[in-house]
Amino acid sequence: MAVEQTSASPAVAKPVSRPTAATARQQLPFTKLVQRVVYFALLIGFTILFVYPFVWLVSASLKEGSEVFNREIIPDPIVFENYPRLLELVPRFPQWAFNSVAVSLLAAVTVTLSSALVAFGFAYFRFPGRNILFGVLLASMMLPGVVTMIPTFLIWDALGFYNTLTPLWAGNLFASAFYVFLLRQFFLGLPRELFEAARVDGANYLRMWWTIAMPLTMPALIVVFVFELKAAWTDLFKPLIFLQDPALYTLSRGLKAVIDNPSIGGAKEWELLAAAGVITTIPMIVVFFLGQRYFIEGIATTGSKG
Amino acid sequence: MTAQAGQLPRKGRWSAAQRRELAWGLLFLSPWIVGFIVFTAGPMLWSFYLSFTNYDPLVDTTDFLGLRNYERVIDDRRIHQSLINTIFVAVLYVPGTILLGLLLAQLLNKVGRAAGFFRTAFYLPNMTPAVAVGALFLLLLNGQQGLVNESIRAVGLPAPYWLEDGPWVKPGIILMLLWSIGGTVVIYFAALRNVPVEQYEASRIDGASAWQQFWKITVPHISGAIFFTLIINTIAALQLFTEIYAMFFGNQQSGSAAAQREALFYVVYLFQQAFQSFNMGYASAMAWLLFVVIVTITIIQIRVSRRFVYYEGE
Repeated sequence: MAVEQTSASPAVAKPVSRPTAATARQQLPFTKLVQRVVYFALLIGFTILFVYPFVWLVSASLKEGSEVFNREIIPDPIVFENYPRLLELVPRFPQWAFNSVAVSLLAAVTVTLSSALVAFGFAYFRFPGRNILFGVLLASMMLPGVVTMIPTFLIWDALGFYNTLTPLWAGNLFASAFYVFLLRQFFLGLPRELFEAARVDGANYLRMWWTIAMPLTMPALIVVFVFELKAAWTDLFKPLIFLQDPALYTLSRGLKAVIDNPSIGGAKEWELLAAAGVITTIPMIVVFFLGQRYFIEGIATTGSKG
Repeated sequence: MTAQAGQLPRKGRWSAAQRRELAWGLLFLSPWIVGFIVFTAGPMLWSFYLSFTNYDPLVDTTDFLGLRNYERVIDDRRIHQSLINTIFVAVLYVPGTILLGLLLAQLLNKVGRAAGFFRTAFYLPNMTPAVAVGALFLLLLNGQQGLVNESIRAVGLPAPYWLEDGPWVKPGIILMLLWSIGGTVVIYFAALRNVPVEQYEASRIDGASAWQQFWKITVPHISGAIFFTLIINTIAALQLFTEIYAMFFGNQQSGSAAAQREALFYVVYLFQQAFQSFNMGYASAMAWLLFVVIVTITIIQIRVSRRFVYYEGE
């Protein structure tokens, strides 16, 4: 895009300095127009690159097996039967969907509440060692998950939670460093006088946190909630290591099983794989459109604070 | 930060109010403190210990091996292969994301209010669960009939077998990773909107070209965001797992032999060692090496970028 501008600017700059200002004024909108057309053309091109695979996946899930790779966007006979057939071949799909919903909601709720509690602790109270602890928290964000993965697995196993859904969310009861960091910024932005008034009225700190600080940070809390909802829904690692019983699978783990299933992925019944992919993805697209503002804001602030 | 260290008593007794503040503070922090001890600090020490043993949960014997695991890592052919694969992808993917991300964010910044629509479209792939991304790209990259090859053939170029043919496996993976570039674009776009417009106007009067403006005004102002995405994307690239595992590895050994060699990333191999072969001691040694590598790279990146990153108001 920079090239467009360079080629245009001399053309604009020259006439302005000399003969008639009128020609310059005519040229300016024209080159501007050309630029805008080029920008939009590029953006639309990239949009197609990013969005078309979704359209293609949905379309493939509505085609007959032999037609999956044909070039029609709208399938000629629209075949809805792939979905019932998938449920017939993989009767656990509804159970997996339920597991995913339960795990994701539990993960998101627990991490939002626990991280908000800890973040408020760091933002509001003043005590010796606080800054050291916060430094430790920041440093812990750098630690790659694989370092703690094996002992974490052994801990949950020793507690008797192997092959249960608990390890998929219960770690979130203990707050997450990244979310604590994010929420602390928001709590720091609240004026202290708000709390002093509540103290005079005799509210204890927990009530103060819950009734004053939490409602005022609602947008940030939603950011954390939707981020974690997506993270838990998408996760494959924990379901792979903790779940043995297929009845406990989440949708992500179940989709992996579908890919591996010789009678579906292996025998190349691509339309069923596409249908399974659509079922796994649609809930996240819905969540995105409901919480779009929060996703975008969350990511933008993450980038600028980091 | 609002904390005033000066308020704290240097020595002597604490007042009742100060003790109460400490107690409440620790109460609020307690979930994280407990979690940090049980799920971070403890496991770190434990895995460090395991990395010197041959711990296998199935056999349940633990012999102390000294540095043998680390020596084995140095000799392990598959480690070499996985390192080559991981570094190859990271070296292409990380700069690729930054450049393409900058291009897309700059484009968004040129079209005013329409940017919101395009930003949504660019971010949408990020919402796709990683396993579904893997499934989708198994279809898109299908050698005979996949959409990618259909497009390539449409312009008359030879279409490679992305999923089976060794040299094409990693380029296919990079293609897949670039599809999810939306997060980086959102970060850059937010940063671009904070660049003061007056500076562009002033420089235009001075006769600066668009190229000069980009390098002298835009890049310095968003260098913080670029630096952030550099670190985040590098760390992510070194720990690639889910999409790759979904596509090429599994019970049925979904990928071809060549593909499984080319798609063997470090964390994929670590996962196999830890949870399929149950060589948890060896896998712990691998994890610690990765940790050291990540910390080293991050420190180098911080050092180098200190010279280039410009922070507003600092």
